[in-house]
Amino acid sequence: MNLEFTEEMVMLQDGLNKFLQNEYDFETRQKLSRHGIGYNENNWQQFADMGLLGVPFAEEYGGFGFGQTGLIVIMEAIGKGLVVEPYLASIILGGQLIQQAGSEEQKQTLLPALIGGELKLAFAYAEQQSRYNLADVACTAEKQGGQYVLNGHKSVVFNAETADKIIVSARTSGNTISEQGISLFIIDKAANGLTARHYETVDGLRASDLSFEGVTVEVVLGTIDEAFADIQTVIDSATAAVCAEGVGVINQLREKTVEYLKTRKQFGQSLGNFQILQHRTVDMFMAEEQMRSLAYLAAIHATSDDKAECVKSVSAAKIYLGDTRPIVAEQAAQLHGGIGVTDELDVAHYVKRLTMINALFGDRDFQMQRFCQVS
Amino acid sequence: MDLNYSPEEQAFQFEVREFLRTHYPKDIQEKVANGIALKKEDYVCWQKILYQKGWVAPGWPKKYGGTGWTPVQKYIFEEECGAANCLRLVAFGLVMLGPVLLEFGSEEQKQQHLPDILESNLWWAQGYSEPNSGSDLASLQTKAEKAGDHYIVNGSKTWTTHGHYADKIFVLVRTSQEDRKQKGISFLLVDMDDPGVTVDPIITVDGMHVVNQVFFDNVKVPVENLVGKEGDGWTIAKYLLQHERTNIAQVPRSKTQIARLKALATKQQSNGKPLLEDERFRSKIAEIEVELMALEMTSRRVLSKLSSGAAPGAASSLLKVKGTEVQQAITALLMEAVGYYGFPYIKDVMLNGWQDEASIGPEEAAVLAPHYFDWRKTSIYGGSNEIQKNIMAKAVLGL
Repeated sequence: MNLEFTEEMVMLQDGLNKFLQNEYDFETRQKLSRHGIGYNENNWQQFADMGLLGVPFAEEYGGFGFGQTGLIVIMEAIGKGLVVEPYLASIILGGQLIQQAGSEEQKQTLLPALIGGELKLAFAYAEQQSRYNLADVACTAEKQGGQYVLNGHKSVVFNAETADKIIVSARTSGNTISEQGISLFIIDKAANGLTARHYETVDGLRASDLSFEGVTVEVVLGTIDEAFADIQTVIDSATAAVCAEGVGVINQLREKTVEYLKTRKQFGQSLGNFQILQHRTVDMFMAEEQMRSLAYLAAIHATSDDKAECVKSVSAAKIYLGDTRPIVAEQAAQLHGGIGVTDELDVAHYVKRLTMINALFGDRDFQMQRFCQVS
Repeated sequence: MDLNYSPEEQAFQFEVREFLRTHYPKDIQEKVANGIALKKEDYVCWQKILYQKGWVAPGWPKKYGGTGWTPVQKYIFEEECGAANCLRLVAFGLVMLGPVLLEFGSEEQKQQHLPDILESNLWWAQGYSEPNSGSDLASLQTKAEKAGDHYIVNGSKTWTTHGHYADKIFVLVRTSQEDRKQKGISFLLVDMDDPGVTVDPIITVDGMHVVNQVFFDNVKVPVENLVGKEGDGWTIAKYLLQHERTNIAQVPRSKTQIARLKALATKQQSNGKPLLEDERFRSKIAEIEVELMALEMTSRRVLSKLSSGAAPGAASSLLKVKGTEVQQAITALLMEAVGYYGFPYIKDVMLNGWQDEASIGPEEAAVLAPHYFDWRKTSIYGGSNEIQKNIMAKAVLGL
């Protein structure tokens, strides 16, 4: 047994942490988040230069082949820095779908460009009625001659505005909630019949709702009707990854709250002297360690061939992340008092991110249901 | 024991319900129901309507414009207002300063201020908390030094709700240094447009501007604006905090919110069925409903005691803690109910609703996550829930 990261991974994480410390303070992050495209293209290119964009991809396509454990080290740092660049949307979702479902030719053309930072992807999977059920797909793709024609609506597609290509799940056969009959298509962001409404998200990111009206697509990703397993695999990986991001967020909330309790004085003493408040921060600390453990466990099993083991570990981590909302997010705000619910302080934004991660890829209830089916 | 209202009380309940149905503006009702930001004119509009009816100040004695209602009638009024999604009137004048002036103010102060408070001609703000005095309010540092026939005020107040709308502010100031921090505090009325008063907005976690920081830089305040005597400030503050805590449990509002949650969860789909039929989600609502039933009954028990003349005492602390827990739990479930549609943040929709534009996702969704985050404030303000528990530990349990 060895639960340490390899030296190369640690170096990669150190590099990212240093970059975030030097060039990504909270004020900078806020400016990026609220202006223009919502992040900095130069940062993205720097990520590419540092090798971050190649972490989960095989070496033959220009990646590092670090797999899921590699994603953990990156995402924990991304959580600490509240990074707004589209790593989750473009690399973890988009890129991994290409790696998982793509043909050899697709991998060879798309992955090097993605890793080099020249190509960005987004993944449109959620729909208004689907909630977190990946098999609930009402968006249709109908075969007409050699092409498919796409109709329907996709909800909350992260970083679609800046993606060059969008991967869309659509139904090619079967009823609306059947795993069988779902296919993946790659469409150009300028495709005719695609309309988008872009917006900021409550946690400072960007997303879009997409409508497809008779959009013709030529590029199929993977096997027609058989995309569900690939989608599930990539979403499991992404779920494990955002749990690691959560660890970084929790770490910062715990550190900042402890620091505040040490410096804020009321009733003639530091708040940190009050035992009730000490215990709350100790609860945060314990939650952080337990969350880290489950995030690592999820990383180990996320790509496992043993599906039950994968579902169990990934769902366990995501359930626990939901548990940290009252223990870490809400308490961090509470212990900071009024200042903890202001826009000005970074704490509120860490609170928002941790809270919203709960809703990504299935909230606590959804994951509990999945967990109970395999445990 | 009898939960039913008497025939007279039932008649009153019907009268209130009818009045709200016929006089409460529908556009304001819709805003409150959908959680859209309220504007100053909304508050003024509804207050003037209630003023016309003579129902604007249930907490005041009749001869000063109060209603003369019994505690049960006040409770019924709150119940009906909650059920009708009534806008909650701004409390600073009506619920806070009014009763203070009635108890501690001079005859001139009463005559000068009470009519304007009732009719909403002037807006009052509250100057209590300071950047370094939150839960420990008595440690406040804003100073008022006497210079002839006026005070010179220096310092800063924070979390000043509607400070940017306010014409006047009541301020707790330190007029002398004494052996105990609770001594030497005085209660002063200040004009917001006096030279030296500036207001800085504080943007809260929901992106909205409701609270402010107010600065006082050598502000000249006439000595007539002192309420009570110098050094009475802490006594007045404690008196006022009791008034702040009436209806603090917010049971009627929470009941309306539960109904809103159920309606939303009926429309939302999960695995091809309404979310409300999802057993896990349904039981989470049920857990809140159970706590809320207890809270309603506890409120009634307090009310029954009040009716027989007892003071609410530490019960208001219990009602505040449990009331805010229930409210916060509901905001969390409302956010959870819309799944991915908790993400979009569209400030214009929070301010004005969707107007003629087609909504992104369910039209109810856009305000829900910001409200959840914003509602964290309820366990912080008005004496944080930790402070309330300290009060109960001391006053009820004798620890």
